[in-house]
Amino acid sequence: MNLLVRTKQKISQFFNVFFGKRVCRIGIYGPPNAGKTTLANRIVRDWTGDAVGPVSEVPHETRRVRRKQDITITGKNGSSITFDIVDTPGVTTKIDYKEFIEYGLEKEEAVKRAREATEGVAEAMHWLREDIDGVIYMLDATQDPFQQVNIMMVGIIESRKLPILIVANKNDLPDASPARIKSAFPQHPMVAISSLEGTNVDELYEKMTAYFR
Amino acid sequence: MEMIQGVQIDLISAERLDRLTAMEKIRLILDDVMEGNIVVLEKGLAPDEQSKLIEITMREITPDGFSGIEMETYPVKESSDGFLAKLFGGKRSEARLTVIGPANQLKTIKKEKDLISAWVSSK
Repeated sequence: MNLLVRTKQKISQFFNVFFGKRVCRIGIYGPPNAGKTTLANRIVRDWTGDAVGPVSEVPHETRRVRRKQDITITGKNGSSITFDIVDTPGVTTKIDYKEFIEYGLEKEEAVKRAREATEGVAEAMHWLREDIDGVIYMLDATQDPFQQVNIMMVGIIESRKLPILIVANKNDLPDASPARIKSAFPQHPMVAISSLEGTNVDELYEKMTAYFR
Repeated sequence: MEMIQGVQIDLISAERLDRLTAMEKIRLILDDVMEGNIVVLEKGLAPDEQSKLIEITMREITPDGFSGIEMETYPVKESSDGFLAKLFGGKRSEARLTVIGPANQLKTIKKEKDLISAWVSSK
Protein backbone atom coordinates (compact mmCIF):
# COMPACT_ATOMS: atom_id res chain seq x y z
CA MET A 1 0.00 0.00 0.00
CA ASN A 2 1.59 3.28 -1.01
CA LEU A 3 1.90 6.46 0.99
CA LEU A 4 -0.79 8.27 -1.02
CA VAL A 5 -3.42 5.63 -0.26
CA ARG A 6 -2.41 5.54 3.41
CA THR A 7 -2.72 9.33 3.64
CA LYS A 8 -6.14 9.26 1.96
CA GLN A 9 -7.28 6.65 4.49
CA LYS A 10 -6.15 8.76 7.44
CA ILE A 11 -7.91 11.85 6.04
CA SER A 12 -11.11 9.88 5.41
CA GLN A 13 -11.02 8.39 8.95
CA PHE A 14 -10.46 11.88 10.39
CA PHE A 15 -13.50 13.28 8.56
CA ASN A 16 -15.65 10.32 9.62
CA VAL A 17 -14.76 10.89 13.27
CA PHE A 18 -15.06 14.68 12.96
CA PHE A 19 -18.54 14.60 11.42
CA GLY A 20 -19.72 11.64 13.50
CA LYS A 21 -20.48 9.59 10.41
CA ARG A 22 -20.77 5.87 11.10
CA VAL A 23 -18.66 3.71 8.83
CA CYS A 24 -20.65 1.35 6.60
CA ARG A 25 -20.70 -2.25 7.85
CA ILE A 26 -20.45 -4.93 5.19
CA GLY A 27 -21.44 -8.40 6.34
CA ILE A 28 -20.12 -11.55 4.69
CA TYR A 29 -23.01 -14.02 4.81
CA GLY A 30 -23.56 -17.45 3.31
CA PRO A 31 -23.92 -21.15 4.15
CA PRO A 32 -21.24 -22.95 6.21
CA ASN A 33 -17.96 -23.74 4.41
CA ALA A 34 -18.48 -21.27 1.56
CA GLY A 35 -15.16 -19.58 2.36
CA LYS A 36 -16.39 -16.47 4.18
CA THR A 37 -13.51 -16.24 6.66
CA THR A 38 -10.97 -16.97 3.91
CA LEU A 39 -12.34 -13.96 2.02
CA ALA A 40 -12.52 -11.77 5.15
CA ASN A 41 -8.89 -12.66 5.90
CA ARG A 42 -7.86 -11.84 2.33
CA ILE A 43 -9.61 -8.45 2.34
CA VAL A 44 -8.13 -7.53 5.71
CA ARG A 45 -4.66 -8.84 4.79
CA ASP A 46 -4.64 -7.08 1.40
CA TRP A 47 -5.63 -3.71 2.84
CA THR A 48 -4.36 -3.67 6.43
CA GLY A 49 -1.87 -6.56 6.66
CA ASP A 50 -3.86 -8.15 9.52
CA ALA A 51 -6.23 -11.19 9.76
CA VAL A 52 -9.76 -11.88 11.01
CA GLY A 53 -9.92 -15.49 12.15
CA PRO A 54 -8.90 -19.12 11.62
CA VAL A 55 -10.29 -21.30 8.79
CA SER A 56 -10.99 -25.05 8.69
CA GLU A 57 -12.52 -27.76 6.53
CA VAL A 58 -14.79 -28.73 9.42
CA PRO A 59 -18.03 -26.73 9.05
CA HIS A 60 -18.84 -23.98 11.57
CA GLU A 61 -15.24 -22.99 12.26
CA THR A 62 -16.52 -19.42 12.70
CA ARG A 63 -18.96 -19.43 15.60
CA ARG A 64 -18.84 -15.80 16.61
CA VAL A 65 -19.45 -12.71 14.50
CA ARG A 66 -16.11 -10.93 14.03
CA ARG A 67 -15.75 -7.33 12.98
CA LYS A 68 -12.65 -5.67 11.62
CA GLN A 69 -12.98 -1.90 11.63
CA ASP A 70 -12.00 0.84 9.22
CA ILE A 71 -10.81 -0.93 6.11
CA THR A 72 -10.33 1.33 3.14
CA ILE A 73 -10.12 -0.20 -0.31
CA THR A 74 -9.29 1.75 -3.42
CA GLY A 75 -10.35 0.89 -6.97
CA LYS A 76 -8.33 1.38 -10.14
CA ASN A 77 -9.92 4.76 -10.88
CA GLY A 78 -8.95 6.03 -7.43
CA SER A 79 -12.41 5.85 -5.86
CA SER A 80 -12.32 4.32 -2.41
CA ILE A 81 -14.67 3.21 0.38
CA THR A 82 -14.06 2.77 4.08
CA PHE A 83 -16.05 0.10 5.86
CA ASP A 84 -16.06 -2.41 8.69
CA ILE A 85 -15.97 -6.01 7.48
CA VAL A 86 -18.22 -8.33 9.49
CA ASP A 87 -17.39 -12.03 9.16
CA THR A 88 -20.37 -14.16 10.20
CA PRO A 89 -20.94 -17.83 11.08
CA GLY A 90 -22.48 -19.86 8.22
CA VAL A 91 -26.27 -19.70 8.33
CA THR A 92 -28.26 -22.93 8.41
CA THR A 93 -31.57 -24.21 9.79
CA LYS A 94 -30.07 -27.37 11.30
CA ILE A 95 -26.99 -28.33 13.31
CA ASP A 96 -26.27 -31.86 14.55
CA TYR A 97 -23.13 -32.47 16.59
CA LYS A 98 -22.82 -35.96 15.01
CA GLU A 99 -21.76 -34.25 11.77
CA PHE A 100 -18.60 -33.02 13.54
CA ILE A 101 -17.83 -36.50 14.89
CA GLU A 102 -17.63 -37.62 11.24
CA TYR A 103 -14.77 -35.10 10.88
CA GLY A 104 -12.91 -36.83 13.72
CA LEU A 105 -13.93 -34.68 16.71
CA GLU A 106 -14.54 -36.29 20.13
CA LYS A 107 -18.19 -36.24 21.29
CA GLU A 108 -17.65 -33.62 23.99
CA GLU A 109 -15.85 -31.32 21.58
CA ALA A 110 -18.49 -31.89 18.87
CA VAL A 111 -21.36 -31.06 21.26
CA LYS A 112 -19.56 -27.86 22.32
CA ARG A 113 -18.93 -26.91 18.69
CA ALA A 114 -22.62 -27.48 17.86
CA ARG A 115 -23.78 -25.38 20.80
CA GLU A 116 -21.45 -22.53 19.86
CA ALA A 117 -22.50 -22.83 16.20
CA THR A 118 -26.21 -22.46 17.10
CA GLU A 119 -25.41 -19.35 19.13
CA GLY A 120 -23.31 -18.02 16.24
CA VAL A 121 -26.11 -18.43 13.67
CA ALA A 122 -28.59 -16.67 15.97
CA GLU A 123 -26.05 -13.87 16.46
CA ALA A 124 -25.50 -13.54 12.69
CA MET A 125 -29.27 -13.20 12.12
CA HIS A 126 -29.47 -10.57 14.83
CA TRP A 127 -26.64 -8.54 13.24
CA LEU A 128 -28.42 -8.70 9.90
CA ARG A 129 -31.57 -7.20 11.39
CA GLU A 130 -29.79 -4.48 13.36
CA ASP A 131 -26.28 -3.58 12.28
CA ILE A 132 -25.46 -4.41 8.66
CA ASP A 133 -25.52 -1.89 5.77
CA GLY A 134 -24.49 -4.10 2.84
CA VAL A 135 -23.97 -7.81 2.22
CA ILE A 136 -21.47 -9.94 0.37
CA TYR A 137 -23.43 -13.19 -0.06
CA MET A 138 -20.90 -15.92 -0.52
CA LEU A 139 -21.60 -19.25 -2.19
CA ASP A 140 -19.50 -22.30 -2.92
CA ALA A 141 -19.66 -22.45 -6.74
CA THR A 142 -19.44 -26.26 -6.67
CA GLN A 143 -22.69 -26.52 -4.64
CA ASP A 144 -26.36 -26.14 -5.59
CA PRO A 145 -27.22 -22.44 -5.13
CA PHE A 146 -30.97 -23.22 -5.01
CA GLN A 147 -30.75 -24.63 -1.47
CA GLN A 148 -33.58 -23.27 0.66
CA VAL A 149 -31.29 -21.46 3.09
CA ASN A 150 -29.82 -19.38 0.22
CA ILE A 151 -33.25 -18.53 -1.18
CA MET A 152 -34.40 -17.54 2.32
CA MET A 153 -31.31 -15.51 3.17
CA VAL A 154 -31.30 -13.54 -0.09
CA GLY A 155 -35.04 -12.87 0.44
CA ILE A 156 -34.40 -11.68 4.00
CA ILE A 157 -31.55 -9.38 2.88
CA GLU A 158 -33.65 -8.01 -0.01
CA SER A 159 -36.56 -7.31 2.35
CA ARG A 160 -34.21 -5.17 4.46
CA LYS A 161 -33.34 -3.26 1.26
CA LEU A 162 -29.61 -3.88 1.72
CA PRO A 163 -27.34 -3.98 -1.34
CA ILE A 164 -26.18 -7.55 -2.08
CA LEU A 165 -23.08 -8.56 -3.98
CA ILE A 166 -23.11 -12.28 -4.79
CA VAL A 167 -19.69 -13.94 -4.69
CA ALA A 168 -19.24 -17.32 -6.38
CA ASN A 169 -16.26 -18.72 -4.51
CA LYS A 170 -14.03 -21.79 -5.05
CA ASN A 171 -13.93 -21.00 -8.74
CA ASP A 172 -10.53 -22.73 -8.92
CA LEU A 173 -12.21 -26.13 -8.47
CA PRO A 174 -13.02 -28.12 -11.66
CA ASP A 175 -16.77 -28.55 -11.00
CA ALA A 176 -17.37 -24.89 -10.09
CA SER A 177 -20.29 -23.31 -11.95
CA PRO A 178 -20.64 -19.55 -11.44
CA ALA A 179 -23.22 -19.53 -14.27
CA ARG A 180 -25.54 -21.67 -12.12
CA ILE A 181 -25.21 -19.13 -9.30
CA LYS A 182 -25.91 -16.24 -11.68
CA SER A 183 -29.04 -18.03 -12.89
CA ALA A 184 -30.22 -18.44 -9.28
CA PHE A 185 -29.85 -14.74 -8.40
CA PRO A 186 -29.94 -12.80 -11.69
CA GLN A 187 -31.22 -9.68 -9.90
CA HIS A 188 -27.88 -9.06 -8.14
CA PRO A 189 -24.34 -8.36 -9.37
CA MET A 190 -22.03 -11.36 -9.12
CA VAL A 191 -18.26 -11.88 -9.06
CA ALA A 192 -16.62 -15.30 -9.47
CA ILE A 193 -13.44 -15.63 -7.41
CA SER A 194 -11.17 -18.02 -5.59
CA SER A 195 -10.57 -16.42 -2.21
CA LEU A 196 -8.03 -19.13 -1.39
CA GLU A 197 -5.88 -18.44 -4.45
CA GLY A 198 -6.79 -14.78 -4.78
CA THR A 199 -8.09 -15.20 -8.34
CA ASN A 200 -10.24 -12.28 -9.50
CA VAL A 201 -10.37 -10.56 -6.09
CA ASP A 202 -9.33 -7.31 -7.79
CA GLU A 203 -12.63 -7.39 -9.69
CA LEU A 204 -14.42 -7.93 -6.37
CA TYR A 205 -12.69 -4.85 -4.91
CA GLU A 206 -13.71 -2.81 -7.98
CA LYS A 207 -17.33 -3.94 -7.59
CA MET A 208 -17.25 -3.20 -3.87
CA THR A 209 -16.05 0.39 -4.37
CA ALA A 210 -18.77 0.94 -6.98
CA TYR A 211 -21.61 -0.91 -5.26
CA PHE A 212 -21.32 -0.18 -1.51
CA ARG A 213 -20.83 3.57 -1.77
CA MET B 1 -57.79 -48.00 19.36
CA GLU B 2 -54.88 -49.47 17.46
CA MET B 3 -52.37 -46.76 16.52
CA ILE B 4 -51.16 -46.63 12.96
CA GLN B 5 -47.43 -46.07 12.62
CA GLY B 6 -46.76 -42.85 10.79
CA VAL B 7 -46.20 -39.13 10.83
CA GLN B 8 -48.71 -36.41 11.64
CA ILE B 9 -49.08 -33.68 9.03
CA ASP B 10 -50.68 -30.37 10.01
CA LEU B 11 -51.93 -28.17 7.21
CA ILE B 12 -52.36 -24.60 8.44
CA SER B 13 -54.63 -22.34 6.43
CA ALA B 14 -53.75 -18.82 5.29
CA GLU B 15 -56.70 -17.48 7.34
CA ARG B 16 -55.37 -19.00 10.55
CA LEU B 17 -51.86 -17.68 9.85
CA ASP B 18 -53.21 -14.19 9.14
CA ARG B 19 -54.75 -14.08 12.63
CA LEU B 20 -51.41 -14.76 14.34
CA THR B 21 -48.54 -12.43 15.22
CA ALA B 22 -45.04 -13.29 13.98
CA MET B 23 -44.00 -14.86 17.29
CA GLU B 24 -47.25 -16.82 17.58
CA LYS B 25 -46.67 -18.27 14.10
CA ILE B 26 -43.07 -19.23 14.93
CA ARG B 27 -44.07 -20.83 18.24
CA LEU B 28 -46.93 -22.73 16.58
CA ILE B 29 -44.58 -24.08 13.89
CA LEU B 30 -41.69 -24.95 16.19
CA ASP B 31 -43.82 -26.59 18.91
CA ASP B 32 -45.44 -28.73 16.23
CA VAL B 33 -42.18 -29.63 14.46
CA MET B 34 -40.40 -30.40 17.74
CA GLU B 35 -43.04 -33.06 18.43
CA GLY B 36 -42.00 -34.75 15.18
CA ASN B 37 -44.84 -33.44 13.04
CA ILE B 38 -44.71 -32.00 9.53
CA VAL B 39 -46.24 -28.55 9.10
CA VAL B 40 -47.58 -27.31 5.79
CA LEU B 41 -48.37 -23.60 5.60
CA GLU B 42 -50.85 -22.56 2.94
CA LYS B 43 -49.13 -19.18 2.88
CA GLY B 44 -45.47 -19.03 3.86
CA LEU B 45 -43.68 -16.68 6.19
CA ALA B 46 -42.57 -13.10 5.51
CA PRO B 47 -38.77 -12.61 5.28
CA ASP B 48 -38.59 -11.07 8.74
CA GLU B 49 -40.53 -14.01 10.18
CA GLN B 50 -38.15 -16.42 8.41
CA SER B 51 -35.21 -14.58 9.95
CA LYS B 52 -36.71 -14.96 13.44
CA LEU B 53 -37.61 -18.60 12.75
CA ILE B 54 -33.95 -19.38 11.99
CA GLU B 55 -32.82 -17.56 15.13
CA ILE B 56 -35.32 -19.24 17.46
CA THR B 57 -34.75 -22.67 15.86
CA MET B 58 -31.07 -22.32 16.76
CA ARG B 59 -31.97 -21.61 20.38
CA GLU B 60 -34.08 -24.81 20.57
CA ILE B 61 -31.38 -27.22 19.32
CA THR B 62 -30.12 -29.71 21.92
CA PRO B 63 -27.62 -32.61 21.68
CA ASP B 64 -29.43 -35.90 20.92
CA GLY B 65 -32.72 -33.97 20.90
CA PHE B 66 -34.02 -31.43 18.39
CA SER B 67 -31.46 -30.82 15.63
CA GLY B 68 -33.24 -28.10 13.69
CA ILE B 69 -35.65 -27.82 10.81
CA GLU B 70 -35.83 -28.62 7.14
CA MET B 71 -37.91 -26.11 5.23
CA GLU B 72 -38.91 -25.91 1.61
CA THR B 73 -40.88 -23.38 -0.34
CA TYR B 74 -41.09 -22.19 -3.93
CA PRO B 75 -39.02 -19.17 -4.99
CA VAL B 76 -40.75 -15.87 -4.25
CA LYS B 77 -42.84 -14.42 -7.03
CA GLU B 78 -42.32 -10.71 -7.45
CA SER B 79 -45.41 -8.97 -8.74
CA SER B 80 -45.92 -5.29 -9.37
CA ASP B 81 -49.38 -4.17 -8.35
CA GLY B 82 -50.50 -1.99 -11.24
CA PHE B 83 -49.83 1.62 -12.10
CA LEU B 84 -49.30 3.10 -8.62
CA ALA B 85 -46.93 0.34 -7.56
CA LYS B 86 -44.95 0.86 -10.75
CA LEU B 87 -44.91 4.61 -10.18
CA PHE B 88 -43.55 4.26 -6.63
CA GLY B 89 -41.42 1.24 -7.44
CA GLY B 90 -43.43 -0.95 -5.06
CA LYS B 91 -43.17 -4.67 -5.40
CA ARG B 92 -45.16 -7.25 -3.50
CA SER B 93 -43.36 -10.39 -2.45
CA GLU B 94 -45.76 -13.25 -2.23
CA ALA B 95 -45.15 -15.84 0.48
CA ARG B 96 -45.90 -19.28 -0.93
CA LEU B 97 -46.83 -22.81 0.11
CA THR B 98 -44.23 -23.96 2.63
CA VAL B 99 -43.41 -27.28 4.24
CA ILE B 100 -41.44 -27.43 7.50
CA GLY B 101 -40.35 -30.52 9.41
CA PRO B 102 -37.70 -31.83 11.80
CA ALA B 103 -34.28 -31.92 10.07
CA ASN B 104 -33.76 -35.56 11.04
CA GLN B 105 -37.10 -36.68 9.56
CA LEU B 106 -37.76 -34.52 6.50
CA LYS B 107 -35.39 -34.69 3.55
CA THR B 108 -35.75 -32.87 0.26
CA ILE B 109 -35.22 -35.25 -2.63
CA LYS B 110 -35.68 -32.90 -5.53
CA LYS B 111 -36.43 -29.24 -5.86
CA GLU B 112 -37.39 -27.45 -9.03
CA LYS B 113 -38.96 -24.05 -9.42
CA ASP B 114 -42.41 -25.62 -9.66
CA LEU B 115 -42.03 -28.99 -7.91
CA ILE B 116 -40.75 -29.97 -4.48
CA SER B 117 -40.28 -33.64 -3.76
CA ALA B 118 -39.63 -34.61 -0.14
CA TRP B 119 -39.32 -37.76 1.92
CA VAL B 120 -40.52 -38.13 5.50
CA SER B 121 -39.48 -40.77 8.01
CA SER B 122 -41.18 -41.54 11.34
CA LYS B 123 -39.23 -40.91 14.55
